[in-house]
Amino acid sequence: MPFIPHTDADTAAMLRAIGVADIEALFDEIPDRLRSAPSGTPRAGLSEMEMRRRFAERAAQDAMGPCFVGAGCYDHHIPAAVWDLASRGEFMTAYTPYQAEASQGTLQVIYEFQTMLCELTGMDACNASVYEGGAGLAEAVLMAVRANRKAARAGWPRTVPMAGAVHPLYVRATRSIVCNQGIDVPMLPYGEDGRVDLTALDGLAPPPVALVVQQPNFFGVLEDVDAIADWAAERGTLLVACVNPLSLALLKPPSAWGSVGANIVCGDGQPLGVPMASGGPSFGFLCSRQALVRQLPGRIVGRTEDARGEAGFTLTLQAREQHIRRAKATSNICTNQGLLVTAATIHMSLLGAAGLREVAAASCAKTRELVQALGRPRRFSAPCFHECVIDLGRPATPVVEALARDGLLGGLALGPYFAELAHCVLVCATERRTSAEIERFATALRGALSN
Amino acid sequence: MGAQTIFDLSQPGRGAGAQRPSPAAADDLPPELRRDAPPRLPQVSELQALRHYTNLSRANFSIDSQFYPLGSCTMKYNPRGAHRAASEPGFLARHPLAPASVSQGFLACLHDLQELLKDAAGMPAMSLTPMAGAQGEFAGVAMIRAWHDAQGDASRREILVPAGAHGTNPATAAMCGCTVREVAVRDHGDVDLDALKAAVGANTAGLMMTNPSTCGVFERRVTDIADIVHDAGGLLYYDGANLNAILGKAKPGDMGFDVLHFNLHKTFATPHGGGGPGAGPVGATARLAPFLPGPIVERTDDDYQWVEPAQSIGRLSAFMGNAGILLRALAYALMLGTEGERRVGEFATLNANYLAARLKDAGFDLAWPKRRASHEFIITLAALARRHGVTAMDFAKRLLDFGVHAPTTYFPLMVPECLLIEPTETECKEELDAFVAAMECILAEAKSDPETVRTAPHAMPVKRLDDVKAARELDLRWRPQ
Ligand SMILES: Cc1ncc(COP(=O)(O)O)c(C=O)c1O
Repeated sequence: MPFIPHTDADTAAMLRAIGVADIEALFDEIPDRLRSAPSGTPRAGLSEMEMRRRFAERAAQDAMGPCFVGAGCYDHHIPAAVWDLASRGEFMTAYTPYQAEASQGTLQVIYEFQTMLCELTGMDACNASVYEGGAGLAEAVLMAVRANRKAARAGWPRTVPMAGAVHPLYVRATRSIVCNQGIDVPMLPYGEDGRVDLTALDGLAPPPVALVVQQPNFFGVLEDVDAIADWAAERGTLLVACVNPLSLALLKPPSAWGSVGANIVCGDGQPLGVPMASGGPSFGFLCSRQALVRQLPGRIVGRTEDARGEAGFTLTLQAREQHIRRAKATSNICTNQGLLVTAATIHMSLLGAAGLREVAAASCAKTRELVQALGRPRRFSAPCFHECVIDLGRPATPVVEALARDGLLGGLALGPYFAELAHCVLVCATERRTSAEIERFATALRGALSN
Repeated sequence: MGAQTIFDLSQPGRGAGAQRPSPAAADDLPPELRRDAPPRLPQVSELQALRHYTNLSRANFSIDSQFYPLGSCTMKYNPRGAHRAASEPGFLARHPLAPASVSQGFLACLHDLQELLKDAAGMPAMSLTPMAGAQGEFAGVAMIRAWHDAQGDASRREILVPAGAHGTNPATAAMCGCTVREVAVRDHGDVDLDALKAAVGANTAGLMMTNPSTCGVFERRVTDIADIVHDAGGLLYYDGANLNAILGKAKPGDMGFDVLHFNLHKTFATPHGGGGPGAGPVGATARLAPFLPGPIVERTDDDYQWVEPAQSIGRLSAFMGNAGILLRALAYALMLGTEGERRVGEFATLNANYLAARLKDAGFDLAWPKRRASHEFIITLAALARRHGVTAMDFAKRLLDFGVHAPTTYFPLMVPECLLIEPTETECKEELDAFVAAMECILAEAKSDPETVRTAPHAMPVKRLDDVKAARELDLRWRPQ
């Protein structure tokens, strides 16, 4: 009996205390016709050893050489201490810190995390995570629509345009979530330089409730965020900034975009100590200005005092949340991505601002080296960060498939996301990629393209 | 502990040097896009960070260190083997957008899990993407909405929930653009069928409920409930938070539910991580299957492929949900086997009924004394509160001093001064007996020395915290003095 500690004597004594003859009697309130057994042939339970063997075989099947794909999930170095600490049972097997006095560890970690994210983004408040970047963007859009009182009063249509190069999978997730509240999410075109073309919005009256821009955008291109922020501010449009937190070690924080900055900042925390692991679990974060704190979804930790006047931490502003506010809550989120927040907090403590800046800069430099080595033209002219779209001059999907058969993830073919970019791949080289690996990719690509 | 933060340990010029890559320039970034001042992140040595977070972890209660009978949360043992299995380097290093052709091991695992969960649900279709129970609920209600729309019946926008429903149920309905109506629950913990009949109508999109209910009892007339809702043109959503009670014994699909979610972080023993992550796969009957969120893994003659259901409500995350949690759940299910799965429901129920019987003998009031407990049960301390001024919250805080995590308090809302107690099947009899002893002790204290209970906890790193101050004088981030 895996994981069940009862001896026969225990079971007998317990049944006696309850006053029933057998365990079956405890199910006597379930109508007979609802009682069932698993269908099909019974599966024998595996020992841990057998189970581990099956998993090891399956994992080995998928083992790949160097990864040159980013697109929202990056192969960065993670210090050994990060997951040694995050996997401690006291962090990993605790529940949500509702009993604050017995959860000071988790609560303080979240408070430290909130501080670090506020430092990176320049915002005043941060929540204790949402599920991930795409679902987090949906929450940011819902929050912006709730928070733009001026738009609600004036009856502006519930339209939240996205800059053309917001991550297409984030756009999909956002649409499937916010469409249920009648919010329309049109895409703005991107220009030849790879940056959003706001002229499509010029003359639009009334202006949109909110606008979403990603920095760096999905193409790795750096947007002219100052102009975008000013455009939004002038019109009473709330600006939602979707950012890579690692990039903020180098780039201007969204609070400093244009003359007033972004209103809401969201993103995915995977670059901060979270393994790629097929894309999850990772975590999403949501930060805002002080004025919008009460519109944030999810948990928030505050510092307070105990009965002796000593400092301590507790969940706060819970009247925003589903367990208190029910149908009027800012979101339905309950379970979040807490353990990943713990890992990210430890990661940021170990790297510090200088370490994160070096990782970001090294990734930018490696990507430049990669683009040079691949010898194919860049598709977009604007400066890029640590990802870049290159043109292969022929349909990219079969090329990427061929490279994968060679054991190499040679970029993401963009055709499935942007039909007009079917000849292009999005490539990324993080600080982990060596020059030898880059050379291997370049050689393999030359081979694939010469076929 | 004095709440010394990592920032208080920071010194300019210090750092964890081994973690830094060799310096590189990023000179070509436009100067107007760069930040002027670095973020004020901690500057600490590797050892300082390690010690700080090790010590913080020790200020937590957790399953690995304490009994954690938190009702509705299923805090059972989280097998370390499952954690290790999901942490195979090949799984951790897999990029989410790697082509399916080089992801067959991962896809095979997901496919196995889909099949296992379909069987446990008694439903023919399963999507693994939702990242927690609440996102599973969202998927389910969005599917119900989409189904009505596909029938040309876009006026059905009201979701019914029993009075004791978990907060995520009404919050989900609202997030899906629906209105919410509560249906009364009768004295014995079952839904009031007359109230339900009066509530359903042409606007009914569906009903969301758990079974066993949030009252800790099996809803005996669940098929009547299903008939009433279906006859009125609505659909039924099963909130799988309480599935641990009936795993291997009964299936939601047989009860008349159309769509459900699992809480893998409850029933399938994946760790709660201090708040998350979880996973909330959704299952559906044949008529709702085309609306499931994607992607789903399909097995063809020679390999596994990603597919999107025909009328899918869409993606709920950029990639494949909480993939690592799905792997842990599969590892757990494989170790259980069919027999082990059945025993989960049996021993979870045995433990709950044993605790209920012992506490009743010790003088505690069960909320539904005439009912069989499911995997959890409710006691109400209303009489104690009246007589001695000791509340359920005081009781909960005092339990911490005895090295036991508090049960869930004040949920469901309609039972005054309640504790919802869920021991789970992985606790041994000695642990349950120690819990009873602690409860007896506190009960005696509540009568002889109520002040000690009212001011608890006394043995935690902090005394009772001031929540009002926390909300009034918001301090949400550390700032330099
Ligand atoms: C009855 C019930 N429904 C739904 C949920 C929400 O699940 P999750 O926290 O995974 O989103 C919970 C979680 O505690 C629950 O107890």
